[in-house]
Amino acid sequence: MTAPADLKYTEEHEWVLIEGDVATVGITDYAQAALGDVVFVELPAVGSAVAASTVVGEIESTKSVGELFAPIDGEVVEANQAVVDSPELVNSDPYGAGWLIKVRFTELPALLDAAAYEELTSK
Amino acid sequence: MTGGTSGARTAFADRHVGADAAQTAAMLERVGHPSLEALVCAAVPASIQLPAATGGTSIPAAASERQAIAELRAIATKNMVNRSLIGQGYYGTITPAVIQRNVLENPSWYTAYTPYQPEISQGRLEALINFQQVVADLTGLATANASMLDESTAVVEAMLLARRASKSASNRFVVDADLFPQTHALLAGRAEAVGIELAVLPLATIEPAALGECFGLVVQYPGASGLVWDPASVIAAAHEQGALAVAAADLLALAVITSPGELGADIAVGSSQRFGVPMGFGGPHAGYLAVRAGLERQLPGRLVGVSQDAAGKPAYRLTLQTREQHIRREKATSNICTAQVLLAVMASMYAVYHGPRGIRAIAQNVHETAKRFAAELGSTSESFFDTLRFEVEDADAAVAAAHGLGVLIWKADARTVQISLDETVAEDPEPVLAVLTQVLGASAGASAALPAALERTSGYLTHPVFNSYHSETAMMRYLKLLADRDYALDRGMIPLGSCTMKLNAATEMAAVTWPEFSGLHPFAPAADVQGYLELIGDLETWLAELTGYDTVSLQPNAGSQGELAGLLAIRGYHRSRGDEQRNVCLIPQSAHGTNAASAVLAGMRVVVVATDQNGNVDLGDLRAKIEAHRDELSALMITYPSTHGVYEHDVLEITSAVHEAGGQVYVDGANLNALLGYAAFGGFGGDVSHLNLHKTFCIPHGGGGPGVGPVAAKAHLAPFLPGHPLAQSNEHVGLEHGGTPVSAAPFGSPSILPISWAYVRMMGLDGLTRATGAAVLAANYVAARLRDHYPVLYAGEGGLVAHECILDVRTLSAETGVSVDDIAKRLVDYGFHAPTMSFPVAGTLMVEPTESEDQGELDRFVDAMIAIEQEARRVGDGEWPADDNPLAGAPHTAESVIAGEWGHPYSRELAVYPAGAAQARAKYWPPVRRIDQAWGDRNLFCSCPPPEAFA
Repeated sequence: MTAPADLKYTEEHEWVLIEGDVATVGITDYAQAALGDVVFVELPAVGSAVAASTVVGEIESTKSVGELFAPIDGEVVEANQAVVDSPELVNSDPYGAGWLIKVRFTELPALLDAAAYEELTSK
Repeated sequence: MTGGTSGARTAFADRHVGADAAQTAAMLERVGHPSLEALVCAAVPASIQLPAATGGTSIPAAASERQAIAELRAIATKNMVNRSLIGQGYYGTITPAVIQRNVLENPSWYTAYTPYQPEISQGRLEALINFQQVVADLTGLATANASMLDESTAVVEAMLLARRASKSASNRFVVDADLFPQTHALLAGRAEAVGIELAVLPLATIEPAALGECFGLVVQYPGASGLVWDPASVIAAAHEQGALAVAAADLLALAVITSPGELGADIAVGSSQRFGVPMGFGGPHAGYLAVRAGLERQLPGRLVGVSQDAAGKPAYRLTLQTREQHIRREKATSNICTAQVLLAVMASMYAVYHGPRGIRAIAQNVHETAKRFAAELGSTSESFFDTLRFEVEDADAAVAAAHGLGVLIWKADARTVQISLDETVAEDPEPVLAVLTQVLGASAGASAALPAALERTSGYLTHPVFNSYHSETAMMRYLKLLADRDYALDRGMIPLGSCTMKLNAATEMAAVTWPEFSGLHPFAPAADVQGYLELIGDLETWLAELTGYDTVSLQPNAGSQGELAGLLAIRGYHRSRGDEQRNVCLIPQSAHGTNAASAVLAGMRVVVVATDQNGNVDLGDLRAKIEAHRDELSALMITYPSTHGVYEHDVLEITSAVHEAGGQVYVDGANLNALLGYAAFGGFGGDVSHLNLHKTFCIPHGGGGPGVGPVAAKAHLAPFLPGHPLAQSNEHVGLEHGGTPVSAAPFGSPSILPISWAYVRMMGLDGLTRATGAAVLAANYVAARLRDHYPVLYAGEGGLVAHECILDVRTLSAETGVSVDDIAKRLVDYGFHAPTMSFPVAGTLMVEPTESEDQGELDRFVDAMIAIEQEARRVGDGEWPADDNPLAGAPHTAESVIAGEWGHPYSRELAVYPAGAAQARAKYWPPVRRIDQAWGDRNLFCSCPPPEAFA
């Protein structure tokens, strides 16, 4: 599996797409494979404030529960209802239709690039 | 040892242990040790071994089966079964004989395990979904779980559920003053441990505005006083501030009064005891918990749902298991892991047998009887279902007078008594009425009863399953049909690691249904329960000796509750010494997830200790963690032998390091079956432990409950072990217990204690010690025979395992693509229940054969495992495609090999008779193919599916 080069990554196995002052957040292909069949996704409410590295949601699979960390300080401007309705999108298209939340931010924290993330997951 | 020179099996121990002398000798030779004793002494570290017996034991020499029954008879006669009108959550009920004989006394039901392998558990899963449907229908709520331990613990769980689901920031929980006294007691202790503030208010009489801020409230419906009132406005006031409303409701009353769901309750809890489950001096019974739509993912405990199998047919399974404590560990919101399956099955079958009209008729008869008693005896109650109050000059005198005439009534206060009526009184009211007339006097009373506004108008039990089996023939066949779908110990071995699926002997089971044990109310006067107190005293004394502790409480009604009780005792001890800051609980990485969940619920903070590659506690990391938390150290929880099935040699260093830092040592007794008679927790540094009587001491698993999880401790912890405000005695092995109760009933689930009593009585100390040796031998024999096919993880000294062994499947999986799941399901085709999957290590199988399996059964299992390895190799070699082979297709139903064309690259014979022709005689046919776990979790459906779904 390769991590798309246009995305940034966190050590919690999330990817971040920066477009202007909005960051789209999802979990990586590596993370979805480790979780297995995702059956339930709980996302923060639109309009709620999130703080970097805090738990803001849950991704539940048949074998475990993963926590969704906010990669960034900001405000949730959109949550992916399609994933709430069809959690399997996280498995089938983690970098596309399986995105989770969009956060409006003011300051960008240090994130990993694709090469650094691949290094992390190849250990 | 085994029947002398003749080879005949004479003693009970010869029947309990599967292998005879010749087989034992053959297995010992295979593992390379001269005797059972030599084997265990080579495996158990010498430093913790007990000195040779000196003769000073409290455990009498082994009795024969006949002798044990005679002694139990003598004990039973010391119990006095008076007619109980005490109520308070426990009522007389009539167990339909067809249910007693075909469920409670039927090993197909009581020897099954928790339905973790759903393909071979469809019968009891259907019975449990029926239970969920009964509860959901009667409470008027969307989803019910598969049962709770009892009503009071269910109220506690509902409080915790309300706190996490409520949007309110308040930390306050409002409790109706008219709640059962045992529930008040549990709530107080449990809320204090997790920092919830309780406010007790008379909710039936206060203005809703006087509720105050809260995240939730609980009402008893009808009240403990018998009062039937409409809580809708109080519930609405709670909702206005974002709080959740809990109703503790009587299921039988709900057949005639408006359901909690219709009154706006978010959560309903209670007991299903009066649906045909005897009082049994307090338990076991199935509690229940139901929630409105939107809260189902917050449910604690087990939940059965519908999914589909590989053929697209509906199939039942446990759903949403990732919510459970064993996955979430310290993030868990509940430590409840078990249900009361056997009792939930009984209650559900009571509803199946009586149907909606029958249930309504029973409730109406009870209510009519109450109306008549109210009118003829001059009750002061004006709105009631089955419970009436009477003013008297002297309540104690009235209670005593009634007792003298064989009737137990309840003292509400100094000048008030109350009675609760039930279907047994309704069937034959005259003798009871005569006694009460004598005690209370005849006088005209109110004839009012139920408020018209609360008369139930909505239907229930409309599903065909509740409208089809009302003749005894039909009922018997339905129970047989379901039992036949399941795999229990009456078919073959269930080698589940860490579950100890040993024999539950018929003689051990005999006394459970004797009226002297089953017919007593938990709050009956001490004079009536002398037999029980004697039996409980014996068992407490024996267990204390066997574990090296000073006192024992049998109150916890599951292992998880024993853990909680033990940790609460440690907490109480530290606080009594002014060490309130001691709240850190060290738990090894390899521990069972329940440990961490229990610690959190005891108000502790979990700090994880690393384990080394052998699964042992990493001493260096332990010392570092102790140092880092020296002043806050409360406890260390370790399992011995470890969850990896190894006798850790450093255990004495571990326990003394904790003690030096002022901490207490909790030894999880889940694996006691590997130690009994050879070492004792109290002897190597344990301060407190819980045991699982449903593992080591032969209480059957009942398909996933009941259990008994006694907590045993050193004397300094005794004042903090579970007491009970209504106990006939709080003295246990000579020490007073004064901590918060953890079960609704003072002695938890006493009606199944005769099982463990009989086991110890018939084995004697020698027999118990021999069983340990035989269990360790069986595990080491399996390990020795399978080692060349599956690497055995984690062995201790001399390459020996304890009473279980972990088979590593990861290399085989990597080489062939065959998973642990594939092997588990393929074992069904061979006629086995799978071992424990992926615990404590992912990608492995943990096998615990127990002492009760003979060499023939062990060999049959080993041969199946070897054959499956060879099948996996053929997949790995490309002979069979990865997606079409006997493993991927397992388990195979009869239909799957008969219907249509056979287009697979392996034969039908190999599919269903892989062990050859010999298997035909004993073939177990799974009723469904492999079940899709993810589909069921994504498409949550937890009630009875329409019959067309199975067409």
